[in-house]
Amino acid sequence: MTTLTNSTQRQTTPPAKADRRERVNWKLTGILLLCSLSILLPLYVAIIMPFKTDKQAGSSSGFSLPSPLDFGNFKIAWETVGFPKALFFSVVIAIVAVIGSLVVSSMAAFAIVRNWDHKLYRYSYFYLLAAMFIPFPVVALPQVKLTAILHLDNPVGVGLLHILFGISFNVLLYTAFLRSVPFELEESARLDGCSTWVVFRRIILPLLGPMNATVGIFAFLASWNDFMMPSIITANPAQQTLPVVQQLFSNALTTNYNVAFASYLMAMAPTLIVYVFAQRWVMSGVTQGAIK
Amino acid sequence: MSATTAGTAGTALATETATGSPLSSIDRRKRKHEPTYLMMLFPALGLFSLFITIPAIIGMLFSLTNYSGFGAWKFVGLANFASLSGDTTILGSYWFTIYFAVVTTVLVNVVALLLAIALNAKIKFKTTLRAVFFVPMVLSGIVVAYVFKFLLGTSIPAIATSLGWTGGETSLLASPHYAWLGVVLVTAWQAIPGMLIIYLAGLLSIPGEVYEAASLDGANAVRTFRSITLPLMAGYVVINSVLGFKGFLNAYDIIIGLTGGGPGTSTTSIAMSIFTGFQSGDYAYQMANAVVFFLVTIAISLGQLFFMRGRELNL
Repeated sequence: MTTLTNSTQRQTTPPAKADRRERVNWKLTGILLLCSLSILLPLYVAIIMPFKTDKQAGSSSGFSLPSPLDFGNFKIAWETVGFPKALFFSVVIAIVAVIGSLVVSSMAAFAIVRNWDHKLYRYSYFYLLAAMFIPFPVVALPQVKLTAILHLDNPVGVGLLHILFGISFNVLLYTAFLRSVPFELEESARLDGCSTWVVFRRIILPLLGPMNATVGIFAFLASWNDFMMPSIITANPAQQTLPVVQQLFSNALTTNYNVAFASYLMAMAPTLIVYVFAQRWVMSGVTQGAIK
Repeated sequence: MSATTAGTAGTALATETATGSPLSSIDRRKRKHEPTYLMMLFPALGLFSLFITIPAIIGMLFSLTNYSGFGAWKFVGLANFASLSGDTTILGSYWFTIYFAVVTTVLVNVVALLLAIALNAKIKFKTTLRAVFFVPMVLSGIVVAYVFKFLLGTSIPAIATSLGWTGGETSLLASPHYAWLGVVLVTAWQAIPGMLIIYLAGLLSIPGEVYEAASLDGANAVRTFRSITLPLMAGYVVINSVLGFKGFLNAYDIIIGLTGGGPGTSTTSIAMSIFTGFQSGDYAYQMANAVVFFLVTIAISLGQLFFMRGRELNL
């Protein structure tokens, strides 16, 4: 493993001699390729299953290629779970969660970092951070009551709760980033008479670009894929999200695996497709946050 | 929320733990704080207090009552907590959840760390392999669970039968003794990428010269891992373990999709039992359960931090 860890570090150092000494570790590549089957095989089954006929889906172990191809399953699944409606509510929640996370957390982090010597802001920081140790199940029951009273037992309320349960991580990320931004950057703008709001919008927000990408990606994934909060908070089953309808209609779906998998694949498709095409961008956004 | 989210923010913490730097004030100029800042802080504080702090306090008060979820109620003191301690279903859910969280935390951390080291090495198809290992992160837990329910419940038994493997013909998930293994496997499958990110970031923070020195001293792979990689990554291991464990204690989505808590109640998690508070009309009782769950979460997290602190090495 010495050689393994060695090599990447060396890549950044210029001497060609050291590079020539390191050869591609084929044995390790082979092991990793084998390991990647643990990801690829389940995906393979999930992707081919919806194209099978009822007969083939019910009789085999799932790994055989579909023959003959059957495209009708998507239509049945689409109608069974009410795909367009579920997609719509998933999108609504994700939009509320992502925009809310970006705005609320970055503003709070900016205020906290710029007033760190103020007790109020310092304590607020630790107060918000403490949320990391309050799991949703602990407050779920009173929250159901509260959201019902406020008429927020709907997708908007779920999006709001997604913002709040992500707030400690996002504020943590933003404050860590903002601490490295020198005050001098905004000083000249302030001398020119810009207000704090203008400084925040014109100077800080653009600087936060990469951090916004990280927070945005994570807020989106956490919100889009969540099952627990929408299933508990949203009162009307007709307003449920893509992950939740899979469970709501599981009885109707389990009769035919091909139809069930058509529904699963449609639920997975949006993030999977975006990931395949924007993979480099997503990865850099994600690691950016991790390095900070 | 997934362990993934926990992950990234975790590194911010990890860097703080690892470098041991205090939360120092960057802005040395002492200025009067403006009302604008207060307005910027307010949405976060206000919403947070309204939707998390207040419900938490009200919920805790209700754990001392006999409230059923609607109608009249009166204070009953610690009666709910007393009956909790004798409730075998609840105790069973604690036993399962904690056991499951321990096994999953260890498994996920070991696999993610090894994968990170391997993916950081001089290998072919590096970008593609990394991209593949991150796929589970973008998928929804419950959908993943349904796919694996088919694989574990139908595919593997079918293959086992056709190959004549004894013991593999029945579904793993149908066994009261081994169903938890299925839950561990699927949870790990989904949680590994989140921790992998943190470990990859951690490996980048180790300067190459350290490894060069080790290899000049003739250290072999195992020795290098034990004496260099592991101590230097300890801050990241702490964060991944604490946040991972905390996330796994909330196990819900994957269990709902995979076993529904069964067979019997063998894979019923704490979160699942708390959520029955509405259907079964014992709101106050399950609120008491939630309070205990909260205390257990805090105690375990602090215990982990205390036990693991000071074991990391700084350069």
